Amino acid sequence: MILDLALIWALILAIGVFVYVALDGFDLGVGILFPLMRDERERDTAIGAIAPVWDGNETWLVLGGGGLLAVFPLAYAVIFPALYVPLIAMLLALVFRGVAFEYRVHSKRHKWLWDGAFFGGSLIAAFAQGIALGAWLQGIEVVDRAYSGAWWDWLSPFSIATGLALVCGYSLLGATWINLKTEGKLNERARMLVFPLAAATIAFIVAVSLWTPLLDPRYSDRWFTWPTMLYALPVPLFVAVTMWTLWQALNKDRPLTAFLSAELLFLLCYIGLGISVWPDIVPTSISIHEAAGPDKSLGFLLVGAVFLVPLILAYTASAYWIFRGKVKDGGYHH
Amino acid sequence: MGDFTDPVFLARLQFAFTVSFHIIFPATSIGLASFLAFVQWRWLRTGQEVFLTLFDYWIKPFAVVFGMGVVSGLMMSYEFGTNWSVFADKAGPVIGPLMGYEVLTAFFIEAGFLGVMLFGRDKVGPRLHFFATFMVAAGTLMSAFWILSVNSWMQTPAGYGMNEVGQYVPEDWIKVIFNPSFPYRLVHMVFAAYLTTALVVAGVGAYHLLRDKTNQTSRKMFSMAMWFIAIIAPLQILAGDQHGLNSYEHQPAKVAALEGHFKTQKAAPEYLFGFPNMETGEIEYGLAIPYLGSWILTHDFNAEIVGLDQFPREDWPNVPIVFWSFRIMVGLGLLFFCLGTWGLVERWRGNLFDRRSLARFAVLLGPAGYIAVLCGWITTEVGRQPYTIYGLLRTVDSASPVAAPAVATSLAAIVAVYLFIFGLGTFYVVRLVGQVPPDSPPPPSRVLLDQGGNRAIRILRRLRGGAGA
Ligand code: HDD
Ligand code: HEM
Ligand code: HEM
Repeated sequence: MILDLALIWALILAIGVFVYVALDGFDLGVGILFPLMRDERERDTAIGAIAPVWDGNETWLVLGGGGLLAVFPLAYAVIFPALYVPLIAMLLALVFRGVAFEYRVHSKRHKWLWDGAFFGGSLIAAFAQGIALGAWLQGIEVVDRAYSGAWWDWLSPFSIATGLALVCGYSLLGATWINLKTEGKLNERARMLVFPLAAATIAFIVAVSLWTPLLDPRYSDRWFTWPTMLYALPVPLFVAVTMWTLWQALNKDRPLTAFLSAELLFLLCYIGLGISVWPDIVPTSISIHEAAGPDKSLGFLLVGAVFLVPLILAYTASAYWIFRGKVKDGGYHH
Repeated sequence: MGDFTDPVFLARLQFAFTVSFHIIFPATSIGLASFLAFVQWRWLRTGQEVFLTLFDYWIKPFAVVFGMGVVSGLMMSYEFGTNWSVFADKAGPVIGPLMGYEVLTAFFIEAGFLGVMLFGRDKVGPRLHFFATFMVAAGTLMSAFWILSVNSWMQTPAGYGMNEVGQYVPEDWIKVIFNPSFPYRLVHMVFAAYLTTALVVAGVGAYHLLRDKTNQTSRKMFSMAMWFIAIIAPLQILAGDQHGLNSYEHQPAKVAALEGHFKTQKAAPEYLFGFPNMETGEIEYGLAIPYLGSWILTHDFNAEIVGLDQFPREDWPNVPIVFWSFRIMVGLGLLFFCLGTWGLVERWRGNLFDRRSLARFAVLLGPAGYIAVLCGWITTEVGRQPYTIYGLLRTVDSASPVAAPAVATSLAAIVAVYLFIFGLGTFYVVRLVGQVPPDSPPPPSRVLLDQGGNRAIRILRRLRGGAGA
């Protein structure tokens, strides 16, 4: 075989999931920060800063799920039952939050209810995603191509910690996005929050990074033995540099740089995570090659992906470009 | 009744519940997206304000419905893994890439252009805005293409093999995608979506006409939708008939059940009514037209028709459910045909906007398309039982190893959330379409009508001249 299709697809899906985290992360974050808004107009403005793009952002989540089914069906069939409760909770939270965009416009007396749903939905979705991440990382029991654990195995101190970490990290992205897209008092309040949130996020990153190697000897081998340590070593260094850039950007009032620094922080953690689990897709039990479907399936979808993913990125970028700049006070209407 | 401690039964209930909600929204948004693109195109072409007013009026309910469609669909795409993991593992190599293409060619297009369609008119100008609407409409149709290919493959699997770990694997993608029932299902479902939307638009137009028959916007929407119903309703009956013939070829047990044919017989009757009893194998209180059953399925009055007695008892679907859901769908289809034809007659007489009984009938049938769509899907899906992949993989062997309490809890949560969320959403949509549409200036009608009239007369003359010569 010339091409290692499983490897290519693992990379594509990894990128897809990262794009999801990077994009939906900031709009979920705006939802989590909703209580920060003081009045109706501020809330409308904050919603306006994400309304034209949130649906596209969430589609990367569909790509993650659908892509996994298409190319790593075994992983899909094992991971999803194992994460049954957090996933269903996340989906229901996304239902609340997704409809809130439109419902709050049409509701006359119950607008507060949908504002609450938008906040609660964003918060629970982020928390559930973090829990799912932690539960996945701590390992999933498999017997005979099927999940063999119980339905509450996902619940552990570690998964709660990763849940909180993600809530914190998404709020950071949300705060930098509001800082980028709005003006006036709201903008100032968001900017004040960026640095404390960044510090808290770093604290979580450190905690989770120290905790992960304790979960399984394979993780600690990865991080504390030569030569793989070599890849891992620069990661903390990069994190420090990113924090410095963020601090500078805030002081010099460069909101785009601040936003991108926050995203970069996510990318670094993500790469660290990748180093930990590689080459498993179900940590400690199934590798990407064991989970991959037949080449005929992988190849068929790859042909399309090679053309379509760049195209998708292009029109997604142009949608962001069309709605560039600060949102007018009060948001958009149709 | 089912057993509420059985995780498979609970998972089936959950899937049926979530997908039944989901399909309501695509059935609306496939139709409305095309409708919006159409009126916007007419506006660009003719400059008549009424088209723009129609666009602005319908985009609001469209946005609400689309949002509900997206979140309910997201739930579906994860449920294959959470609740049907064995199915996902075995069928993933075949249906996964098809759903992957759905994401790449449909969902991203819809989502990417939706923002511009909803909020971007002032930013991009009318032409690009029309392009965005058009792309959203195209995306919804592409989505129907792929997901129906998946569903049809589960009904009439083709082009696959099996590997050493027991997964179904693709051998010929063209055969997989264009499996035997797919073309029929695609046509029937897209027509169903268009028809359902046209019924809603006609119903809303008629409702406002009953209050004020001079409102030009209401008149336009009623007239456009009635044209549409008149054309699509008969085509849908034709498509349904062809679909039935195809199913009789590939899924005879399903067709025997929906026709209520327990016994194989020549010159089979067509039951209009009756209560199938699966214990005795009889249709109780049956009202039937002799010979018609044979004719419908083979277009021959005396042909022998396969009955359920040809199949082992454990391979039967639930007969009463499919028998009745099929009859409700077909009955409604005939009613839609009546509405379309009546509309044509009144239009011919120049009474389209004045005949109050026609408007009342249209209001009554406004939401009926949804009932037909749901009954159609129930026929199709329940008729496929006891298999998830027809003839290959049984439903009981498809489910996830998740304990009953987990499935029961999630089912209860989903039912509560859906009823609340989608109930309120429906309320908002109904309130939106209850608002009187803003009146539009009458079209520069004299001129245009005369042009239209003149053209018709010219064509008539030419035809007559041709016949006479
Ligand atoms: C892509 C595949 C797919 C699609 C498009 C649909 N279904 Fe389905 N349906 C399934 C795949 C499926 C399934 C996964 O295969 C289920 C779950 C359990 C089963 O036996 O089949 C199922 C079961 C199922 C049942 C329960 C049948 C029973 O247990 O007796 C109902 C009532 C429906 N579906 C209804 C629908 C409706 C209203 C749909 C309209 C969109 C629909 N299905 C589309
Ligand atoms: C089990 C079956 C199904 C699954 C898993 C599924 C999955 C999904 C998902 C994930 C979305 C949201 C996409 C987004 O984020 O924009 C969606 C929306 C959509 N689906 Fe489904 N779907 C199913 C059945 C169907 C059927 C049968 C049709 C039509 C024939 C259909 C047509 C659509 C359309 C047009 C949309 C766009 C949103 C909307 O119109 O409301 N789907 N679906
Ligand atoms: C009146 C004549 C009609 C006939 C003879 C007819 C026939 C059929 C048949 C035989 C099936 C089952 C296909 C299978 O075996 O799986 C079906 C399914 C279905 N029908 Fe109809 N139908 C009619 C009208 C309608 C109308 C008016 C609607 C909706 C507006 C509709 C919507 C559906 C849908 C959504 C399905 C499920 C999808 C599919 O399998 O195509 N039908 N129809």
